[in-house]
Amino acid sequence: MIVAERKPLSEIRSFVEDFHRILIVGCGTCATVCLAGGEAEVKVVGSGLRISFLQDEKEVEILEDCVTRQCEPEFVEKIQQRVQDESVEAVVSLGCGVGVNFLAEKLETVPVFPGVNTKFFGAAVEPGVWIEMCAGCGNCILHLTGGICPIARCSKSILNGPCGGSQDGKCEINPDVDCGWALIVERMKKLGTLDRLGEIIPPRDWSTSHHGGPRKVVHEEVAPLAAEKGDDSQ
Amino acid sequence: MKSDSNLERILEAGHFAVTVEIGPPMDCNAEEVLKKARLLKGVADAFNITDNQTAVVRMSSIAAAVLIMREGLEPVMQMTCRDRNRLAIQADILGACALGIRNCLCIAGDHQSFGAAGRLKGHPGARNVYDVDSIQLVSILKGMRDDGRQQGGDAIETRPPLLVGAAWTPLGDPVEIRPLRLKKKVEAGADFIQTQGVYDIARFKEQMKIICDMGLHERTAILAGIIVPRNLGMLKYMDSSVAGVNIPEELMKRMAKARDAAGKDKKQASRNQAEEGIKISVELIEQARDIPGVKGVHIQAIEWEHRVPEILKKAGLLPRPVVPGKE
Repeated sequence: MIVAERKPLSEIRSFVEDFHRILIVGCGTCATVCLAGGEAEVKVVGSGLRISFLQDEKEVEILEDCVTRQCEPEFVEKIQQRVQDESVEAVVSLGCGVGVNFLAEKLETVPVFPGVNTKFFGAAVEPGVWIEMCAGCGNCILHLTGGICPIARCSKSILNGPCGGSQDGKCEINPDVDCGWALIVERMKKLGTLDRLGEIIPPRDWSTSHHGGPRKVVHEEVAPLAAEKGDDSQ
Repeated sequence: MKSDSNLERILEAGHFAVTVEIGPPMDCNAEEVLKKARLLKGVADAFNITDNQTAVVRMSSIAAAVLIMREGLEPVMQMTCRDRNRLAIQADILGACALGIRNCLCIAGDHQSFGAAGRLKGHPGARNVYDVDSIQLVSILKGMRDDGRQQGGDAIETRPPLLVGAAWTPLGDPVEIRPLRLKKKVEAGADFIQTQGVYDIARFKEQMKIICDMGLHERTAILAGIIVPRNLGMLKYMDSSVAGVNIPEELMKRMAKARDAAGKDKKQASRNQAEEGIKISVELIEQARDIPGVKGVHIQAIEWEHRVPEILKKAGLLPRPVVPGKE
């Protein structure tokens, strides 16, 4: 899932200082699961902002809402309607960066501010701890590395690791960070496929990653017209 | 001959090779580089010029390499994958060769968060590149030289005549993967290898046995890395903080003994440790030389280059042999 972390209240407040009617919108999917921007966090941010403005004797109305997903039109329509009906001046999205983008496009003239920092694609390794596991680079090579991603989990994203900076299973950047390549070696040892690491992985084509501009995926059956125009996402 | 560099000729002739590292300054003072060059002239077959070593901005390796060439020294230009993408790397390689550089060492580079291990500010917030890794970099340089092709496939009319090197951390974790990783470097096209500093000669010897059994020592020239220790603090720091470097207890004890012999005289303690460090370095060179498959040594004396001639003299590696080139 997409893992995010709530921004400090003071930073969120600095975005909305000059508005009088503000809507805080949570997201019921990833941001809820990682405890950054679900219904509960909407309440926390809403109350925090109310108290903060009250202390400065500022009259600001804080509205709260939460949708199933901020990245799909059917769920966002409700927000569009509410912003219009209730003359909302500014929106704070507690969804990931996708939610902020998507709301911003839909709301046209109303500003949308980020209430969380979107961190990465990761998994909960223990309650309250998430670790990045995928970099969304667009051309998966996990079949070569025992299912553990060197792009996301090696600090240098090297494809023929480990580099010389691996020590006791940890990365040279920080003794708290696992060396991604040490994990790969360990895993491939268990699978009995360590010898496969002897093959050189050639320089990769990063155009499938962020380096090729915004990417697009078109599902032929669901969106045949878009598919006809050409899928330029690689 | 691939490059006709002095280093290549020395290795081809079967001489035990010596390379010495020179760190460029953190400013644009050419004199600083030239001074080091004059000091070290004639003591090694080639001199590595580091590339933003420990992730700290320094005079570029390409520029410092050209400066030492003015003094008649042959450079090994180091190139990291951290700071350049494949376009910049290949452009710099073509430029370096046009300027007469004939050896290049391909390395990943310390992570940008390193900043001289916290001793300097560095640029921990920099974005790294790592478009290619060090093994891929070796294969790119080989392709440019042998196939006359850029990595993207475009033709190179005048091919870069480079001797291509790579680094190897023989005792880095996970240690069982290290021989395999060296094999990849050799297969990618590494003509020579400079290892991370080795202090634990017994364990290094074990790794070299594996390398020789794999036949890799015949396909590349392995130069054992010798880091000159200045004092006990440095040994302790390397033991705890430098990946792949372990200092045997016995060496620590020797250095501690040298320090303690000076009693409360701090200056004497520092001199004693320096002398012991030089003695240790000479011994390490001699021991490395006896290990089957080792074809030379690579000396790193960080900001202590002026003691290197003495070390090499004591190790019996001076004067350096002369192997005339084509011209």
